[in-house]
Amino acid sequence: MSRARVFDRLATLLLWAAGLGTLVILAAFLIRILGQGLPYITWDFLTTRSQAMKAGGGVGSQLFNTFYLTGLSLLFSLPIGVGAGVYMAEYAKPGRFTDLVRLSVEALASVPSIVLGLFGMILFVNTMGWGFTIIGGALTLSLLNLPTLVRVTEETMRSVPAIYREGSLALGATRWQTVSKAVLPSALPGILTGVTLVAGRAIGETAILIYTAGVTASRHMGDLNLFNAGETLAVRIWYVKSEGLVPDADAIAAGTSALLLIVVLVFNLALALPLYLWQKKRMGR
Amino acid sequence: MAEQARISAQNLDLYYGAFRALRSISLDIAEHRVTALIGPSGCGKSSFLRTLNRMNDLVQGARVQGKILLDGKDIYAPDVDVVLLRKRIGMVFQRPNPFPMSIYDNVAYGPRIHGESNKRVLDELVESSLKGAALWDEVKDRLSKSALGLSGGQQQRLCIARSLAVKPEVLLMDEPASALDPISTSKIEDLIRDLRETYTIVIVTHNMQQAARISDFTAFFLSGELVEYGSTGAMFTNPKDQRTEDYITGRFG
Repeated sequence: MSRARVFDRLATLLLWAAGLGTLVILAAFLIRILGQGLPYITWDFLTTRSQAMKAGGGVGSQLFNTFYLTGLSLLFSLPIGVGAGVYMAEYAKPGRFTDLVRLSVEALASVPSIVLGLFGMILFVNTMGWGFTIIGGALTLSLLNLPTLVRVTEETMRSVPAIYREGSLALGATRWQTVSKAVLPSALPGILTGVTLVAGRAIGETAILIYTAGVTASRHMGDLNLFNAGETLAVRIWYVKSEGLVPDADAIAAGTSALLLIVVLVFNLALALPLYLWQKKRMGR
Repeated sequence: MAEQARISAQNLDLYYGAFRALRSISLDIAEHRVTALIGPSGCGKSSFLRTLNRMNDLVQGARVQGKILLDGKDIYAPDVDVVLLRKRIGMVFQRPNPFPMSIYDNVAYGPRIHGESNKRVLDELVESSLKGAALWDEVKDRLSKSALGLSGGQQQRLCIARSLAVKPEVLLMDEPASALDPISTSKIEDLIRDLRETYTIVIVTHNMQQAARISDFTAFFLSGELVEYGSTGAMFTNPKDQRTEDYITGRFG
């Protein structure tokens, strides 16, 4: 066998092993987390309020807050993030302003989340005097989402073939019609992948929320008050394992960890399924 | 030229940055005729075509000097609405570029962006445009299916139908058959002959037989200059310029 052939085989083998390795690590991780946590996930655990001192508390409010905070943060960051991304991809001409926007996005992306958390605390908790609030947490989370959304949007918009743009413009479409009707719909799947990425990170975020949304939660699951403190599942895990006084901290942490994984999965499905149906409708059968 | 000129280029120069892609082109395009632009790669024929509906506006650093008159009015005048201009002058591209949506939505795209929302009007437009592009019989039972499922030749005729749906007066075609097989090509050529009745057509082609088959007038471009322009019959049987003769007899290009 020639040298090139040997290397070809070797490369195939190594890449296959890398793929398999990833799979094994993920599988081992999932089996362990879910195996440990699932037994604790009962209806009561999912719906009752948490306890400060006694065993047997649930994570009802935290579960709700996780969706609520993530949803709110997307509500704030999506319009700005996607808007800026579309601007960068379709409108921005090379120049000072474009460079500045790009630099800002990169700078924001490189800020560690704990720093964002402290910033949020100074601004919303102290300066505005709101204390630990869901709205403060969601706004600070938006800062974490923003750079990823801008970048993903810009990159996907750029990857849409130029021939769609030309086809649309040649029919007498304005730039906005072309962007909104021909380019953006084609970029939507990519943008949504970015949204799931961002949502996954927001759902699991702790550093930011400890300082802005706090480590307590409403007694009532589904409390919409934006000015309540809003502990999430991820923050709950951190809290019971580091500062909590509940005797069943390990059980709560295990159950919440498994629940967190499921929440990410549900959130992603909730985004992907409508997209899939919409695309099927748009593309024609 | 004795024929009624629909479009008239006058001393047209096109620059891409410092590069002069077109040199003082003057050319009248006759109404309800097919005008073919031929010449070797990089000669400026596609660039010229794209000045006619101002698609070059999209290219960074592109600059036009001189005039292009459509019905006597300069399309580069400051008060010209480019959107309206492109509605009047449709374009079909080299690579078929149907949008990733249904066949129906592709054809209805243009009318919809120009404000048509009446379902009955749209239905009629879609049907007449697809018939105009000789595609109706092949797709009438699957209008709601994806346009990307069509063959390359069908996709190109769909793109022609999409252009027809906004009721243009002039159709620009940039090598519309160069990515297609011979059978699809001959369908497109038949179609162009039919469309001539209603539209003024300007077509860029690499294929000289094609120019000879379908066009009434031919313009030969070389290095950004218009070398020769005249009736297709005369040009292919009795070229006036030596360079034209060399090109059409296959000595270069």
